[in-house]
Amino acid sequence: MRFLLVEDNQSLASAILDRLRLDGHVVDHAANISLAEEFVITTDYDLILLDIMLPDGDGRSFLKMQRDHRSETPVIVLTARSEVSDRVGVLDLGADDYLTKPFDFSELEARCRAVLRRRGGRSSNQKRIGGLTFDPLSGLLEVCGLEVPLRNKELRLLEIFLAAPDQIFSKARLVDRLFSYDEEVSENAIEVYVGRLRKKIAGSGVEIQTVRGLGYRIRLQ
Amino acid sequence: MSDRLRSSGSIRRRLTIQLVGSAAVLAALLFLIVQTFTRELAEETHDRILLASATSIMDAVSVRAREVSVDLPYAALSMLSNVSDDRVFYRVMLGAETLTGYDDLPVPRPEPRAIGAMFETLVYKGESVRMATTVRWLSRNGVSTPLTISVAQTRTGQTERLADLTRTALLLGAGFFAVAVLLAVWTAQSSIRPLRELAGMVSRRGPTDLRPVTRPVPAEMAPLVRSLNSFIDRLRLSLSRSEDFIAEAAHRVRTPLATVRTQAENTLHRIERPENRNALREMIRAIDESSRAAGQLLDHAMVSFRADSLERTPFDLTDLVAELVNRLRPVADLKDIELFLEISGPHVMSGDPILVQNAVRNLLDNAIKYAPEESRVIVSLAGDATTHVLCIRDAAGGFHEDEIDGLTERFVRGRNAEGTVGSGLGLTIAREVAEAHGGRLDIANTKDGAGACVCLHFPSA
Repeated sequence: MRFLLVEDNQSLASAILDRLRLDGHVVDHAANISLAEEFVITTDYDLILLDIMLPDGDGRSFLKMQRDHRSETPVIVLTARSEVSDRVGVLDLGADDYLTKPFDFSELEARCRAVLRRRGGRSSNQKRIGGLTFDPLSGLLEVCGLEVPLRNKELRLLEIFLAAPDQIFSKARLVDRLFSYDEEVSENAIEVYVGRLRKKIAGSGVEIQTVRGLGYRIRLQ
Repeated sequence: MSDRLRSSGSIRRRLTIQLVGSAAVLAALLFLIVQTFTRELAEETHDRILLASATSIMDAVSVRAREVSVDLPYAALSMLSNVSDDRVFYRVMLGAETLTGYDDLPVPRPEPRAIGAMFETLVYKGESVRMATTVRWLSRNGVSTPLTISVAQTRTGQTERLADLTRTALLLGAGFFAVAVLLAVWTAQSSIRPLRELAGMVSRRGPTDLRPVTRPVPAEMAPLVRSLNSFIDRLRLSLSRSEDFIAEAAHRVRTPLATVRTQAENTLHRIERPENRNALREMIRAIDESSRAAGQLLDHAMVSFRADSLERTPFDLTDLVAELVNRLRPVADLKDIELFLEISGPHVMSGDPILVQNAVRNLLDNAIKYAPEESRVIVSLAGDATTHVLCIRDAAGGFHEDEIDGLTERFVRGRNAEGTVGSGLGLTIAREVAEAHGGRLDIANTKDGAGACVCLHFPSA
């Protein structure tokens, strides 16, 4: 997906860019409102991440301008302000959602997904492998043409595997992606989710293979 | 505030007392002046009549062939009897010889060559009398002999008349005093009226009404009102400054925390050694803890500030809760927690929606944070004509019964919260919001003991 990040703090911006690119997204970065305006004129974005306090003005004025120009691009506001009234204000101005800094990346992903799904979009980059079709945006999994319902954790696990077929993911890494850091989770918890996912994709010609001592990977049988 | 303000007395009372006091002094003075003046006037009149009587006797004295004879004229005494029933005494003396009258009436011995009138008050026959004496010098055998005529009258009638006059003067003084008291009360009342009107106007203002006072006031009160206005100005400035400061402080703290957190997460995805990974996880947990604490401290400051000056507007609790639940769904989804909403119909209440939203969000945050994976959190809103009851039930195992009472204290966390990031302010915030609206926060375990049931009660009106 293509993101525009509007954020003036250079180190935070590069950390977010780093992370979003790690997940395979294309991200442009604008450090102020005038740059952001240039970006949105030349490029269509799937989603805009917008900071409120910017050197050349208030992010809310950019948001208002976007909505005044009838731009439909979803906007998620990244705010350091904790005042509830501020958050309510950005929603009234047409933001799709907001996150308070510092934010959990899985929450950002979840909110991006929720916003895009609310907009009724189906992503163009559906994953097909074997008899398996997966739309990461709507979370729709089809096995041999039949819809299979997925729970959130199963969906995210499948997404991680499908982003890099044949690549081995260690249990520790999967725990970090699936669980928040404020809970103690044993690595064995992953086995439960892998087990469930295996059942759901059974018969598709695709399998999740256990690589002893290293982790798991998805591959064609 | 008013309990702490010591009163230094009432202006109205002081003004009334001063005015009434002055009126009393003036009335007493009036009484004395009237009394003295009338007394003098009465005495002078009496003296004149006595003298006129003596003079008319003198006029009736005839000196014929060295014989001095007195034919007492009727009018001389009748003019006195006109005045009152007092007894009249007289004595006509030639030299030391009494020609007629009461020869024991003590007549003053005239100075040689003295003529004219003498008046004195003396006691005669056991009564106080006023006496007028007139003298004429007759030349007999080459010797000048004084002819002395004294007329005296008792003073009973005079005293009675004076008593009458005193009563009248007293009545006059009292009447003057009564009128002065009425005027004093009215004056005091009307001179503090502008003060009372100003006080009423300022105290009727809403807690957030920080407009200056523009109504015209008397010149004497202008300095007070000017100071009040500049005080209001300073207050408004300082309030907006502290709000800006909180926003700025949050920005300065949270942005670097966000950088560190994101960098740590990114690094975690790249490294493999378990001990490094654990260190990074610890780091992220610490960042989450401090940012959550900072957020809740700011929330708590905001709640205390807004609850102090609660501004009520009617709003629908149903909309507010539904919106919040929808917003938190993505977060709940991360743990595959299902958020159930049990609401029917609108639940209109009067209060500060921002505060209520903050309270409900804190409770929902708690429920999602502590509930196990793939469990349910049930949000229900019910109520009757007087109360709305919003309950949040989770399956997080519930509280220890002996801890429940202390949980809403600041920074107190239940034993079940060990191992989870938190600041211990969420329930405090929820309780303070409920109490500011005249409601309460109830904490209990669900009947089956599987989790907690936290309920916010808000009055409907």
